[in-house]
Formats: sequence, C-alpha cells, structure tokens
Amino acid sequence: MKASAFAYARATSVANALELLASHGERARVLSGGQSLIPAMNLRLVSPELIVDIGELKELRGIAVKGETLVIGALTRHADLLKSSDIVKCAPLLAAAVAHVAHPAIRNRGTIGGSLAQADPASELPACMLALGATIVVRGPGGERRIAAAEFFTGIYETKLAPQDLLVAVELPVARKGSAHFFQEFARRHGDYAIVGLAAQAVLQGDGFADLRLGYFAVGDRPVLAKAAGKLTGVAITPALLAEASAALSDELDPHEDQQATPAMRRHLAKVLLSRCVSTLLNRPDIHRGASA
Amino acid sequence: MSSIRVNPETLSVLDRPNSYIGKTVPRPNLERLLQGRATYVSDMELPRMAHVVFLRSPYAHAKILKIDATAAKQMPGVVAIVTGKELSAVITPWVGVLSHLKGLKSAPQSALAIDRVCWQGEAVAAIVATSRATAEDAAEHVAVEYEELEAVTDMRTALDPGTPVIHASLGDNLAFERIHDAGAVDKAFAEADAVVEADFIFGRHTGVTLEPRSVVADWNAAETRLTIYQGTQAPHMVQNIAALHLGLRESQVRVVCKDVGGSFGIKVHIYADEMATYALSKLLRRPVKFVADRVESFNTDIHARDHRCKGKIGVKRDGTITAFEIDDLTGIGPYSMYPRTSAIEANQVVNLVGGPYTSKNYRARARVVFQNKNVMCQYRAVGHPIACSVTEGLVDLAAMKIGMDPVEIRRRNLIKDDAYPCGSPSGLRFEQLSHHASLSKIVEMMDYQALRAEQVTLRKKGIHRGIGIASFIEVTNPSAAFYGVGGAKISSQDGVAVRLDAQGSVICQTSITEQGQGSESLTAQIVGSVLGVSMDRVRVVLGDTDMTPYGGGTWASRGAGIGGEAALQATKILRKNILDVAAVILQSTPADLDIANNAVVNVSDGAPRIELNELARIVYFRPDTLPPGTRPELMATKHFVPREYPFAFTNGVQAAWVEVDTDTGFVKLLKHWVVEDCGTIINPQLVDEQIRGGVVQGLGAALFEKCIYDERGQLTNANMADYLVPMSGEMPDIDVGHVVSPTRESELGAKGAGEAGTAGAAAAVSNAVNDALQPFGAIITEIPLTPQVILTALGRI
Ligand SMILES: Cc1cc2nc3c(=O)[nH]c(=O)nc-3n(C[C@H](O)[C@H](O)[C@H](O)COP(=O)(O)OP(=O)(O)OC[C@H]3O[C@@H](n4cnc5c(N)ncnc54)[C@H](O)[C@@H]3O)c2cc1C
Repeated sequence: MKASAFAYARATSVANALELLASHGERARVLSGGQSLIPAMNLRLVSPELIVDIGELKELRGIAVKGETLVIGALTRHADLLKSSDIVKCAPLLAAAVAHVAHPAIRNRGTIGGSLAQADPASELPACMLALGATIVVRGPGGERRIAAAEFFTGIYETKLAPQDLLVAVELPVARKGSAHFFQEFARRHGDYAIVGLAAQAVLQGDGFADLRLGYFAVGDRPVLAKAAGKLTGVAITPALLAEASAALSDELDPHEDQQATPAMRRHLAKVLLSRCVSTLLNRPDIHRGASA
Repeated sequence: MSSIRVNPETLSVLDRPNSYIGKTVPRPNLERLLQGRATYVSDMELPRMAHVVFLRSPYAHAKILKIDATAAKQMPGVVAIVTGKELSAVITPWVGVLSHLKGLKSAPQSALAIDRVCWQGEAVAAIVATSRATAEDAAEHVAVEYEELEAVTDMRTALDPGTPVIHASLGDNLAFERIHDAGAVDKAFAEADAVVEADFIFGRHTGVTLEPRSVVADWNAAETRLTIYQGTQAPHMVQNIAALHLGLRESQVRVVCKDVGGSFGIKVHIYADEMATYALSKLLRRPVKFVADRVESFNTDIHARDHRCKGKIGVKRDGTITAFEIDDLTGIGPYSMYPRTSAIEANQVVNLVGGPYTSKNYRARARVVFQNKNVMCQYRAVGHPIACSVTEGLVDLAAMKIGMDPVEIRRRNLIKDDAYPCGSPSGLRFEQLSHHASLSKIVEMMDYQALRAEQVTLRKKGIHRGIGIASFIEVTNPSAAFYGVGGAKISSQDGVAVRLDAQGSVICQTSITEQGQGSESLTAQIVGSVLGVSMDRVRVVLGDTDMTPYGGGTWASRGAGIGGEAALQATKILRKNILDVAAVILQSTPADLDIANNAVVNVSDGAPRIELNELARIVYFRPDTLPPGTRPELMATKHFVPREYPFAFTNGVQAAWVEVDTDTGFVKLLKHWVVEDCGTIINPQLVDEQIRGGVVQGLGAALFEKCIYDERGQLTNANMADYLVPMSGEMPDIDVGHVVSPTRESELGAKGAGEAGTAGAAAAVSNAVNDALQPFGAIITEIPLTPQVILTALGRI
C-alpha cells in the first residue's frame, strides 16, 4: 500500500494552481485535505503524475458573511465549519451535518471543497448544498463559473468540474427568519459514511411548511433533492398526506445496493427519515408514529 | 470481588508483606510504549535489508499457466523475483494435521503457490527490492497467466457430489468430522415438554491487529544461522518449524520477538508468506523484510468463526433442560492451517456446547470442509463464541417457550458450585467453577429486577429494550497434552530463570511472550512479591529463543497460569538460595530470615539485617570472605506444566442491555456486564482490561464484523472502511466483577483471563436483541445483527 511515484508541486497562487492544472490536464490532481485522495493513491486506485497542493492558498480558506450570502472558501476545513459561529447563525444545517463527517482527525484536515469535488454520494456536505440551495464557485482556464448545487453533482464521484478546474468557494443564502432544519443519518458506526441520510431545510408557516427542501444522500449515484417535498408545502399535514408523500418519495428514489443495504432497505430508511423530519420540524410526534406503524 | 475458596490457615508466598499480587500496578513497559520507544518489526532496519512484496492471486481458484517477470526484473531496485517452484529449492511444503484429531486431512501447502492457487490472496510470486514501494511498482509488471477454475465457496454444498474436489488427492472436501453422543439423547427429547430448534449463523471474521504481521529474516551465511525477527506469540514454535522446513537444526535458528502490536491468536500460526520470507533470506543471503499491508492482512491473516450450526434443546415445564443436540458445519479455506490445524475450532464447539449445564444428554456432529476462501484457524476464544451463542441462544429459546425467566432457567440448570470436581457431557473435567455465585453477582450488579421493570415501562412508549444473559466456560492453561500429543512441536511447558545481579536487582527470563496483555507486568509482580524486592528492581526478558528458557509462549490464556507459576517456583528457589547464603553471612538460620523491601530481614521483628545489594556484593566479589564450602547459587530456573486436568476451565456470565430501533433495525448497546472467575487475580486492572477488550471483540462479532465473500470467492470488503471493527463510539460501559476460585494445580492458583470476554459477548447481545423483539415475535439467530438482518426479521423490508 504505497502510492506509485508522483511529482509534487505546491501552488503559490490560484493562478499558479490553474496553470499547473492546465498544463498537466488529467494527469494532475488537486490536493486539499488529502483525506480522500491519499488513501485512493495508497491503494493505487488513482495514480496521478502530479499533485498540485493548494494547501498554502490562504485566499481559499475562511468563512465570511456578505450581506445575505454566506461565503465559504474551498479550503475551509470541516473542523472550521464545526467551530464557526457564522455557520451556526447563517447555516445551522451545515453545523449539524459536519458533526457527522468522519472523525475529529479527519475533520481537522478534510475540506469542504475536497468533499464537494470528491462528490461521494454518501457524503453529508453535497446533500446540504442541495438543501441550502448553494452556488458552487469554480475557476478554470476560461475564468470563473458559478454552478447551482442542483446542477453540480452528476454521478458517483462526478461533478461539473473539469480536470483543469479549481473549486474555490461555495455561496449559501443566509438562513431566513422562520427557517428550521433537520439532519439525521443512519450509519453503522459514528463517523462512517451513511447508509441513508437526510439534510432538510424548511421555512415554517403556521402549522405547516412554506418551503421544504429535502436533501437525501446515499440513496443513489448523487445527492437527491426530493420532489416529494412539494406535496408537503403550503398544506395542513395529516398522516394520510405524509403517507402519500412517503409513497411518492419511494417511487422517486432509485437507490443502489451495497454491503450495507438493499434498495428496499434504503427506500424504507428514507421514508423513516421523512416522517421523523416532518414530525420533528412540526413538533408532531403523532405523525411519525402513524407513519412508521 | 468475592472468594469461593478462602484458606485462612496458611499464608502462601503470595500473601507476603508488600505483595504485588492482587494489586493494580502500572505495567513496567508502559513508558517505553507511550514514549514511542517500542521496537516493532517494521521499525527494524538492517544493513543490506531488502523488502519483499507478494504478488497475490486475484482468483479464488486457478491454474497458474505462466509467470513472466522479465520486464519487472529489469526495473531499478529490484533484487529478485522468485516463483513458488524456485523457492521450493530451499523450503519444503507442510501439511496441517494433528494425529490426535482422528481423520483430519489436508493437502501439502507451499510457501508460494506452485501451479495452482486456492484462494484469492494466495501468494504466487515474491518480488524483492530495495524498498516496499519499488517492489510494489515491479509487482505491477509481473504478468501471470491464469486459467480460472470453479471455486468452492458455499460450505453447505462443499460436500455435494456435484461440487469440485479442491484437492483431488484427498478424495473429497471433508477435512474433519467429529461425532459425539453422550447419555440418552432421543429418550431425553421424548421426555421433554418442549423441544426447540434453531439454525445459528455466524459471520466469518478476523482479528485485525493494529500492527500487521511482520517479519525480518536475516540469514547469516558465515554463521549458517537464521535470525527471525517476528511479532509472534510462540517463538520456539516458529524456531522449530522454520528449522524443519529449511533443513536446519533448531540451534541454527534464532527467533526474536520484540514489541507486538496486538495478536489475538492471529500471530500464533505459521503463514506461507512468512515462511517464504525466511526462505528468501536464505536464498538471497541477505536480510529480507515483509510487512503485510492492510489489504493483504484481510486476505491472508487467518479468519475464524464461519459456522452454521443447527441446535436443538429439550426442556421440561419446570425448566429442566433434558438434552442438547448440535450439527455444526464450518468452512476453513483450502488448507488446514499449520501447525495447530483448522479443526480445533469445530472440535472446541463440540467440546463446549452445553458445558455450563447439568444435562448429561448431548449429541453433536461437527464437519469441517474445504473451500476456496482464505484459511481459517484459531482466533481469540477459539470456538467459544459459537458454542456459547448456540447454547445460550437455545437456553433462552427454551425459556421463552415455557414462559420462564432467563435467569431462572439458568439457576435451575447450571452446575451447582459445590458439585465439583465433575465432568461435562462432552467429557471435559471441571476442577472448580462458580456459575451460581457468578450469576447471583451479575444479577445484583445490573439490578436485574429494576431493568425488567424499566423494560416494561418503556415498551409502552414504543421503546424496545432487551436484556440478554450468557453463562460461559472458557478453556485456559492447556496441560501437558497440548499440542505435542498430536505431533506438533509446540512446548506445553513454560520456563523462567531468575537471577540476582551484583547490585541486588533481578533479571527474569521467561518463555511466555507479551503482545499487550501484560505478561511482562504479571511476571514482574510475581517475582517481586515472592522474592521480596520492589518491582522496579525486576527486569523481565522475553521473546528470544537464544535468551529465554524453552517454552510454549502466550496463547490459550496460558501466560499467567503457566508462565506465572514457573516464575513463582523459580523465584522461590532463588529466595531460598539467598536466605541460605544470608544465614551464613549473618550467622543465623534461613528459617529466621526473610526478604522484604530489597533486604534480608528478621522473621521475628522484621528488622533489616543485610541489603540484597550488599549480599550480592559479597557473593560475587568477595566469596573469599565466605566459609569454605559455601557455594551460593544466585540463579534459579523452573519449568511448569499442569498435569492433572487437561485444561483449567474458567467460567463466568455476561449480560447485555440493548435498545433496538424497530424502525431502522439499529441496535444501541446501552450497558454490558461481566462476572468472571479466573482464579487468583494477579493484577485486577490487567484482568479487567482483558475482559473489556475481549468483550469489545465479541461485540464486534455481534454487530459489525464480517468478511463478505461473493460467490466467486472474492473478499469484497478487505479494507478498514468496509470491514467494520467495533469502535469506541458504539461501545457501552462494561462493568466487570469477579468471583475467585483458584486452581489447586498450581501454587499461584491463576487460570486464564484472556478470552472470557470474547466467549460470551455476542451471545449476550443476541439474547438481548431477541428479548427486545419479543413483542414482534421475531427471533434472530444470526450474527452480525445488522440493520438489514433485523429489518428483514421484523418484516419491515
Ligand atoms: C476514515 C474516513 C472517514 C470519512 N468519513 C466521511 C464521512 O462520513 N462523510 C464524508 O463526507 N466524508 C468522509 N470522509 C472524507 C473526508 O470528508 C474528506 O475530507 C473529503 O471527502 C475530501 O476532502 P479533502 O479536503 O480531504 O480532499 P482531498 O482528499 O484532498 O481531495 C479529494 C478529491 O477532490 C479533489 N479536490 C480537492 N480539492 C479540490 C478543489 N478545491 N478543486 C477541485 N478539486 C479538488 C482532489 O483532486 C481529489 O480528487 C472520510 C474520510 C476518511 C479517511
């Protein structure tokens, strides 16, 4: 388990990083926290010829609130997200989610940009980006592109990023008044990738939802913003309605099979999460009990 | 701690003033380990040392048609690329059988596969280079042509006529079969008021040591001597076998075992790749290092516990268990492991089922079959978790059937504490066990009645919690008959040499080994206590066939009981020798003198008479001042092996308190209790750590760990992300209590404590989950208890 030989360059600026990437194309890889890339290299699943280490690019690291937008630099580490009061205030869903990403040692190195670029369908942060309606900011040979999260993830470990691109930041709308969030995942052990998880962002209104965005992860080849949520907005929620949304969710998902779960089990767990989410956000324990019986 | 046998009349050598016995004292090796100054094999660098990487078969079963290493041999840094045929010039194959396991058969196994590979991961070529990375690069350029053969993977069909026979010379895929029939089983089932049957399924799993298997082999052509640095539990066994197959005398092989990062039985076997490393060093006449990486550890470290066992129990309405019956099937891979064999686990299952109970009617069949998967062999608590899960699962099912409380049915059937010595229906002999005292103690520790009440209350709120109890027996301190009786040259005795050095400190050489369980500490505690010196004056030397007495090493929970007794007896002699010379120097009599706090003292008033360093000075440097004829002997050696009982059985009981989320199938471990009886406790903290560590491995089996093979014999989760080891986040608090019934076979009275935790943990959890699921009528007799398994049983998916 030793990586095959590779060349290493420490980028001195974003421009320098982009130059290196442009000249080496597919044979180069960006190194951020290394928590996904290095294990893959040691297992020789990937053998890049050049590693472009962007770790020194301070301009890519940090969290800032700019008016109604929360900007998170790509190199911001999971541990930074967890500690940030801006995150707690402006995107509390993210704070709740990051606590489930891996273990402290990995969170100390892993970055949000790396996680989104990696695009593991079982990852927490990509689903949060969907639920929060994030914009992914990318710089490439042709300049800067701003890609909606809903467009960004295209498959297992696949995104709209080209080999020459650098993910530089994400932008999130600051949480509105009356908004609420729910995060839960089912993982065999603390810190494991989830079997199924849900990152949900809602706007409450009276006894119901004015808006509900359900970002599911580990239910397919990419994070899924469930359309079934539409059935639950702007209406009075009843157990029957929840059951209907639940059935719609089940139809809409196309989960994969792996060692942890069959597609049937994933559908089942996704429905459990839906009912837990709705009953928790609306403080209606009756709904959940009805749905899972 | 409560004691079953107190003997207040006589004080033993262990009850001396300032005794360390029964005290939690820090391990002497703690500083070394914590400061990072331990020496693991992978830390070792020798001049001219090369690194070997093994090219391993991607197929479970295939013919090797051609190996082309021409290109790889040209690569810079490559020292040699060696095939099985080439290596067979320096090392002979072996067959993993023992003559006392009648009928056990296996085929010759080579250090590197020749012509055919029999499991995914078997080594087909050795790539030796100046670094591991260089060797891995070269390995990618060795082209092997295979012809894939049909793989035998399902143990249930391994014996079918239509299934290919893995080793034609053996005639079939049956490695071993044992049938046992005691009492009147059919009659007992006929007389029962209820008979319950269940199929128990156990996931194949492995030990996952923190430090992987590693070897540095150093053939010194000038001395014609091979030095093997290896993390092993049994240095003299390795010495014997390396010599045997390399055509050397044992004196030409030295095995040095420095620090070892966990072992759990994984490192007590002879592995083909390790044998290949010794042979490569001899062939290439230079040191060769092999350090398994994590993927090859999963593919080649022994697996264990892959069993399917049908069980049957008969019970009367009053709770009396009338009979047990089992039919156990296990698949061990393509070879029986060398030299301890892969039949021991199934054999142990037959031995142990029903062991805690009075029922004399017991029928068992165990079949051990070959398959094209990694080899299986002994891993911590060999066979115990299977036997305990089957027995305790059946007992709970019987209780459920007749509507009796699980504690009550055990009270009515466990062998009474005053019934010893006695035997089990499988022919085991028990010297003294304490099932009832242990059960009473655990019921009290866990406040059983309160938990039951809580369970009822929570059920009304839709929270499903369960209590699981599992009584167990554990094999420790194997006696004179192991393993030599079956033809394996593994010493059943252990030896200790102690000497007083010239400044009054003690050097103690022992043949037991240390893998983290505290062998070094317990030896120093015993020597210090018996001699009357402080522990910081005792230096323990272990793990070197040139430096220590000949002995078996550390396995089967024998270090404290056997090696500890040897230490005690050797130190008694040294003490006597010291007192003899002290009496001469002080013009007193040995009977009036004692040793305490590093000095010879008066028995009568404890007054110090002469410091040990002063005594040593006289003996070593001024013997001219001693009277003529005085010949002090300040070194003593003793060996020990139990002779009376084949094993020192220990016993205990475990209890689990769990919560099952019936929506998701997730199990939360809320609390775990263990009461165990390992006889004399030398260091309570070490015993508790052994129990807790063992429990955690058992909980891993219960909920997480499984080597998942596909139908073509591919191990699909050979990495730490997909093979789930138990981690602290999921572990409950584990409370440990003790009952003490020392063995009379030794003065020390210690039995083993290394495996008890693993023996019963999974059984307790399984019973607890089934208890929680009672309202749903679901019964699960399969581990690991994954959410998928539980949701399926609940009919949710
Ligand atoms: C034991 C373990 C458990 C884990 N558990 C979880 C978990 O539960 N949930 C979870 O989400 N993650 C988990 N992870 C992964 C972890 O969160 C990683 O930090 C994350 O996936 C990648 O971030 P990184 O900064 O380490 O990226 P790296 O490993 O450095 O890079 C990952 C990939 O992204 C590319 N890349 C990185 N940065 C950029 C960029 N700015 N622009 C373009 N491409 C880029 C790299 O070239 C590479 O292909 C786990 C990891 C480990 C080792």
